[in-house]
Amino acid sequence: MEQRWGLPIVAWPARLKPTLWDLLALPLVLGLLALFAWGGSQMSAPYAFGQELPISLDPRVLPAYALRTVLRMFWALVASLLFSFAYAALAAKSRQAEKLLIPALDVLQSVPILGFLSITVTGFIALFPGSLLGVECAAIFAIFTSQAWNMTFSVFQSFRTLPGELVEAARMYRLTAWGRFWRLEVPHAMPNLVWNMMMSVSGGWFFVVASEAITVSGQTIMLPGIGSYIAVAIEKGNLRAIFYAVLVMFVVIVLYDQLLFRPLLAWSRKFKLEELGEEEPARPWFLVMLQRARIFDAAERGARRLLESLQRGAARRARGSAVRPRPHLALPEWAERLWDATIVVIALAGLAWLVLFVRTGVAWPEFGHVVLLGAVTALRVFVLIALASLVWVPIGVWIGLRPAIADRAQAIVQFLAAFPANLFFPLAALLIRAYHLNVEIWSSPLMILGTQWYIVFNVIGGAAALPGDLHYAANNLGVRGWLWWRRVALPGIFPAYVTGAVTAAGGSWNASIVAEVIKWRGETYTATGIGAYIAHWTDVGDQQRIALGITVLCLYVILFNRLFWRRLYDVAAERLRMD
Amino acid sequence: MAEPVLMAAEAVSKSFKTPDRAGRLVLDNIDFRLKESEIVAILGKSGSGKSTFLRVLAGLIEPSSGRVLYRGNEVHGPAQGVAMVFQSFALFPWLTVLGNVELGLEALGTPAAERRERALAAIDLIGLDGFESAYPKELSGGMRQRVGFARALVVDPDILLLDEPFSALDVLTAETLRGDLMDLWIGRRIPTKGILFVSHNIEEAVEIADRIAIFGSDPGCIRSEIAVSLPRPRDGGSAGFRQIVDQVYALLTTSPGRDGGRRGAKAEPGIGIAYRLPAAPVQQLSGLIDALVEAPYHGRADLPHLADTVGLETDDMLPLIEALQILGFAHVGGGDIELTAAGRAYSEADIQHRKVIFGEHLVRNVPLAAHIRRILDDRPGHRAPKARFQRELEDHLDEEEADELLETIINWGRHAELFAYDYDSEVLSLENP
Repeated sequence: MEQRWGLPIVAWPARLKPTLWDLLALPLVLGLLALFAWGGSQMSAPYAFGQELPISLDPRVLPAYALRTVLRMFWALVASLLFSFAYAALAAKSRQAEKLLIPALDVLQSVPILGFLSITVTGFIALFPGSLLGVECAAIFAIFTSQAWNMTFSVFQSFRTLPGELVEAARMYRLTAWGRFWRLEVPHAMPNLVWNMMMSVSGGWFFVVASEAITVSGQTIMLPGIGSYIAVAIEKGNLRAIFYAVLVMFVVIVLYDQLLFRPLLAWSRKFKLEELGEEEPARPWFLVMLQRARIFDAAERGARRLLESLQRGAARRARGSAVRPRPHLALPEWAERLWDATIVVIALAGLAWLVLFVRTGVAWPEFGHVVLLGAVTALRVFVLIALASLVWVPIGVWIGLRPAIADRAQAIVQFLAAFPANLFFPLAALLIRAYHLNVEIWSSPLMILGTQWYIVFNVIGGAAALPGDLHYAANNLGVRGWLWWRRVALPGIFPAYVTGAVTAAGGSWNASIVAEVIKWRGETYTATGIGAYIAHWTDVGDQQRIALGITVLCLYVILFNRLFWRRLYDVAAERLRMD
Repeated sequence: MAEPVLMAAEAVSKSFKTPDRAGRLVLDNIDFRLKESEIVAILGKSGSGKSTFLRVLAGLIEPSSGRVLYRGNEVHGPAQGVAMVFQSFALFPWLTVLGNVELGLEALGTPAAERRERALAAIDLIGLDGFESAYPKELSGGMRQRVGFARALVVDPDILLLDEPFSALDVLTAETLRGDLMDLWIGRRIPTKGILFVSHNIEEAVEIADRIAIFGSDPGCIRSEIAVSLPRPRDGGSAGFRQIVDQVYALLTTSPGRDGGRRGAKAEPGIGIAYRLPAAPVQQLSGLIDALVEAPYHGRADLPHLADTVGLETDDMLPLIEALQILGFAHVGGGDIELTAAGRAYSEADIQHRKVIFGEHLVRNVPLAAHIRRILDDRPGHRAPKARFQRELEDHLDEEEADELLETIINWGRHAELFAYDYDSEVLSLENP
């Protein structure tokens, strides 16, 4: 290669010449960067504990609030991603670690978001004294806890289901652990991960109020953000402000969808092992821009080169190692048993410590009372899931069988799933007061507001996936009416329905904390249930009772999952599969 | 032969752990050599452990005892200089053709420019030019396997290990690809010194190999070897070719029970209760009997010829032949198959009567069927859970094998109306639904 000043002369490559897309891309990218920088600087503003952060209801501050919320959710998503890969890799690589990590994840998943917040917030504030960053971190952590677990499960699942021959090919061509991770494991995890990220962000939005209005030792810190805005609007009973909040959230969610998830979803299709059907995937405009505009080309090339040099280094170190014995990693029998025993001991010790801790402030009878409260909430969850199923299954099937509508409906449903329940407090409160309704019953719909959409979503998907031949056959045999529902539609969508119902039920438990206490213009309507119990003691700041409430709630969720949903799921998977 | 040895297996055994930790032997004391400028084919019925053996040689699976040598060095993991082509292609769907081919070089730490150049050359060599930027999804099966070959050849392998590389392709495509590979080999356009390939297609093996190793099962071992010294290119219709195909067929279809069936077998020639019955669909069995009765065979046929007529590949054919032998509907010897009197009676019967004959022979010749029937007869309610038999079989087989065996016997038993089976409750019974 020709050289000048010791450097090779490289002609400006044609592939880097700007295109029209660059005209659009450049300002967009620079704008995003600037917004990020501004938001970041706001995060670390000085702050002394006890200081009141004024939240304005002026609609003009809403865009700035929205931006700060979006940034929080973004960082939470980044943290969730890192956590997912690290945790899943550890659990998938070592059987010993798996025995500890996966059940732990199951428990973490059932802990309500408020539980994490009340326990960790003081620690975060102590971590960054004199700065808002501590509170910001606590909020981000709270959002993180509403996003990370299902993403981690999905990555773990993908790591465990790597196609055998691909693993062998990777070994045969002697990829290093690093190369294998990037070439095989991460790509394979991608499609499911992106899907779960979308779900997670919806969940994050749902709890945005809870995560931004943080209560520490009886004092509430409101971080500037759309969640706090909604909280204050509800407290003051300002309907107009609520309307603005809804509007801005709508815009933000649409932007998130357009700029992040549509492109990610389309891009992640490339990692699917098999293309399903012949459907030509839609190409979102933002992805087209990313792919056509040359500035990203250059960036991508740089990133790739960096990765490659890292990998070459690793390969060089590993070279020649092929024909050398490798040490055996298998543990002897007794060590395995010892490890099992250790896990059990740790679990029991944790439980004992928890009971002792709770006992310092709570008498035994209250334990029974809380279990009873849990049963009340359980009843509510069940009735609600049943009602939601009755309503949404027929509608979902109807939509799912009409592809043109189904496509649009899915986007709308996803959007609805992101709406925080708090936004509906005014409506519920107004109705309850105007018609003297029973709070025990009429607060319940709020619990399922956010989660019913999982049922709709999955039923639509299940109905859309029913093979065309099945419809022809049913038609041909003259199967219609109730018989058609019993023999064709319901069995056909059952596996998808169960998936949706599991998610909906889990989410409803979590939502009970927000939904069993309705506040509107200084009035409070409280329903009986474990959610109200936790919410109440979180306000008071009673650590023992919070711990008790959360533990009991977790036990309920895990119990129901194991005894009921898991079995239903197995039945669905075994008997009603389409293949 | 004075050719140096490329790769050798010395007393290689492999056993996999079973739940009861007894260990299950899948490869038994195998000695094998691959010499320079030699193509060796490994043939055997499915489940005989031939793919496991290939993976042991590749360094993907560590043998339980014995050792594998590659040019005199002990192998403990995939070695540089040994490349493998997989049955299902094993392409990375998120990498383009070029990316997939470059992958092998990436791990070697080859600089980017050289990598690109060599990958393009390999793509060119295997006839994929023009598809460099395509994703595997966009390609047909044949083209995908070409990528698999290009990825293997780009590292300039000393030894090429092929795991049924053509079996996922249709006949025509497989033949073209095979021909192209042989052209490269004969023309010495690739630096590869030896090829070892696993196959289930007898004609394919005879066409390509210098030597064929016949694999016996339970546990896997090399039962015999045949040298193929026909001049290349080989004519599939020539007398010499047909003769070797016949010979291989004869070796592959020696009567069951004698086939090393040590595990679960009583004494030859009968079979034991846990004998791994061939998973032969009843429909195909009766179809084969019908074909055998009709012209031009009139009850007796040359196996390769028959396979050709009914359009079945070797590994679909072998289970059928074994099943007919076990049930006593046919005799096999010297590469020929002949219907027994029972087989002829079956062919002349109507549907209902066929079931009766099938049932009689099932009870008489298959100990597992007789056993199940006896248990059901003895039990007061004439019902027994499938798990009961599953547990019994797992004394001899691993879980998956026991599952497969039960599935086969349930299919046969249901057809013969020997017993009924309820999928939902997983219960075997005598009631007729």
